[in-house]
Amino acid sequence: MRPYHPLLLRLVSALSLLLAWQLAAWWWASSLLPTPAAVIGLILRDTLAGGLLHDLGATLRRVGLAFVIAMLVGSMIGILMGRRRTADLLLDPWLMLFLNVPALVVIILAYVWFGLAESTAVFAIALNKIPNVAVTLREGARTLDQDYLEMARSFRIGRRKTFIYVTLPQLLPYFAVAARSGLALIWKVVLVVELLGRNDGIGFELHLFFQLFDVTGILAYSLAFILVMLAIEYGLLQPLERAANRWRR
Amino acid sequence: MACCNPLNALPTAGAAERWSATAAARPEGAPAPPPVVKVRIDRKAFADPATGRERLILDRVEFDLRPAEFVALVGPSGCGKSTLLQIVAGLDPVFSGGIHWPGTRDGGHPSLGYCFQNPRLLPWLSLRANIDLVLDDPAAQAERIDGLLRTMGLIEVGHFPANRLSVGMQRRAALARAFAPAPRLLLMDEPFVSLDAPTAAQLRGLLLDLCAAQRPTVIFVTHDLREATLLADRVLFLCAPPSRIIGMAEVGIPRAQRRDEPLVAARHAVLNTLFQDLYQPLKPG
Repeated sequence: MRPYHPLLLRLVSALSLLLAWQLAAWWWASSLLPTPAAVIGLILRDTLAGGLLHDLGATLRRVGLAFVIAMLVGSMIGILMGRRRTADLLLDPWLMLFLNVPALVVIILAYVWFGLAESTAVFAIALNKIPNVAVTLREGARTLDQDYLEMARSFRIGRRKTFIYVTLPQLLPYFAVAARSGLALIWKVVLVVELLGRNDGIGFELHLFFQLFDVTGILAYSLAFILVMLAIEYGLLQPLERAANRWRR
Repeated sequence: MACCNPLNALPTAGAAERWSATAAARPEGAPAPPPVVKVRIDRKAFADPATGRERLILDRVEFDLRPAEFVALVGPSGCGKSTLLQIVAGLDPVFSGGIHWPGTRDGGHPSLGYCFQNPRLLPWLSLRANIDLVLDDPAAQAERIDGLLRTMGLIEVGHFPANRLSVGMQRRAALARAFAPAPRLLLMDEPFVSLDAPTAAQLRGLLLDLCAAQRPTVIFVTHDLREATLLADRVLFLCAPPSRIIGMAEVGIPRAQRRDEPLVAARHAVLNTLFQDLYQPLKPG
């Protein structure tokens, strides 16, 4: 039997999900389960006339800022812990603690202590992700090849060139993993942050729709957000990860 | 061969002190130039990973290297030859003793080239980028590197990722990288081990050509006495750990005659007899 094209299989799978939704909506005709057409219609309407784009933009801005901060801070901590045993032993209990604090607790405490502000929101999101990035990059920094570092030292190529050409290429796959898993975490946390203490963004709108039991609105805004996140995942992060691993055979 | 004393071997334990005196006497009687490096290692030990006890690897290893001299270090496996090279390169500072560089102005080590047992090329860079990496100003030396790569038969594959090259090519690339910075001192750690005989012979020929052109001082670690005879001016013999230098021999084949196979074979036979004498009493049973 000839194997089917992978793209075709994915398309069939997506369409069957849509079909199941449509059938369920017909069978259980209720405002609590709108049809796909109603949801897509609302997405289009709010994109053209309503505030969907504004809310999506506000959420994406928070995701982007928190992502950059968490990657920078988390990778610095992780690399330090991977290379220096003292730092590893000193910081490990902190890392364990922050890895296990529920996201909701971090968000609530951040709002209580630092006020209901935009910067607090971004800070709370980043804080949820920093430990994950640190753990991944620590693993990467621990597995740096000693042979290559010795080569760099014996030829005396200097710290800057050693970092750019010897250390960084070995860490890139770990950066890619941290970026992907980190984004998946962030875009779940950002909605909670917005629901609890912001007055725009997808999470805020979901909160309003929930109070009105408007399922069409909930589904429309979540779907729009999910689609954007999937586009970033497939269009940006996966190609970056492949590029980071290209030299491997 | 007539001009030099062909065999300065001192096949007895504790020979290092007496050997220093013979090394200082130049065969031609000319005033000796300052050595490139004076290696004085009193003790080098590693902690045994299983028991945590210290294991003595090098015990009073002392020798000097003259400018442009090619010295082979021969000894059984595990006798600390690689460790010795790492200490000379400054990669391993934990030992008692000292490495002195009389020839350099600041007393630091001169430009080094290192050929490791594995090529250690960075797989995410092209061959050419691997070589440019070890140069201070690659653009200014592009033509010289082109020439070097042409000599090595690598000019066609310069843009290949390093891990797409055959093993022989990777070894040649590592050799090219070691010579690229025009080093004063070249450290080579069994660079031709595990190659098929024709490839290894070809690489030895290339090494001799490059040494003739650039005249670096070379320490060449090997366990193959034939290879040492072919390449080196002088052979140092290390014993099993705790290692000392238990003998030294001038090979005494002029550089121009290194490809004279009967001559090399004859010298190898002589050195091999000495080698047997040196290691016989150390072998158990």
